[in-house]
Amino acid sequence: MAVERFPVEAGHIMLFARAIGDANPAYYGALTGAADVLAPPTFVQASAQFDPDYPLRPKIGEAWFGSGREATGRPQGGAAGGGGGGTGLHAEQHFTYHRPLRAGDVLHATNRSGERWEKQGRRGGTLVFSEFITEYRDAAGELVVTARTVGVQTEKVPG
Amino acid sequence: MTQVRTGDVKELVLTDGVTRTQLVQYAGASGDYNPLHSDERFATEVAGFPSVFAHGMLTMGMTGRVITDWFGPEAVLTFGGRFVGQVWPGDQLTATATVTGVRDDGVAELAISTTNQAGDVVLSATATVRTG
Repeated sequence: MAVERFPVEAGHIMLFARAIGDANPAYYGALTGAADVLAPPTFVQASAQFDPDYPLRPKIGEAWFGSGREATGRPQGGAAGGGGGGTGLHAEQHFTYHRPLRAGDVLHATNRSGERWEKQGRRGGTLVFSEFITEYRDAAGELVVTARTVGVQTEKVPG
Repeated sequence: MTQVRTGDVKELVLTDGVTRTQLVQYAGASGDYNPLHSDERFATEVAGFPSVFAHGMLTMGMTGRVITDWFGPEAVLTFGGRFVGQVWPGDQLTATATVTGVRDDGVAELAISTTNQAGDVVLSATATVRTG
């Protein structure tokens, strides 16, 4: 998931703040006209909107795995989970803020794989954890937010 | 700047009941349209869950309020969490933040726990904030 351009917009921040149930006036400049609009701490998650290849968004002209007339529009569907991708689940999410994020910033994000480790699951299967690190930089190339996603994949017990 | 001491605690009710509409709002705002979170037929008939359930990042986003209401959005230096349990429509969520330490440079360390109405932890988090 490389995001080449993630414009941080006041209206988008307002919608995000509403969705997380946060009435902090710092997020509502789009409504009040306040010039300085801060982004909530988890806002960079919304960069998915600016990733052309993000798999959990319906693509124009392509089949979607959610329901239409039938429970799934794509028989092989069943992709589950967030940050882990594929059939994985989102296990952990960590953010480091190098400076506050504001409306008007235009970020770009690069990412790389981090560590990978295994743990024995309680029901006998092996849990495979993998890290994914995303660096969000501003137009000047300065680091604004570093995100570390931990995904987990369950390896089913045979039989 | 907010001054705190080790052991200081803030508790905040995040929601009296998560609604399916809020899950749709979060899908729209975040861009994570995984039908597990907004499509009851897919979640139950295809994926085999009892109903749709909240994005982990929605729970984490809501939990962020206990930090930013206390210290302000600009004070947050780190925020990280582990998704411990699923959040279902109707769940009431409460976040509790405890100051676990204050460094010499004024950075406070927080341990944060978000629980549902049964007292089960759904998100276990930590944060550091600038206080001085």
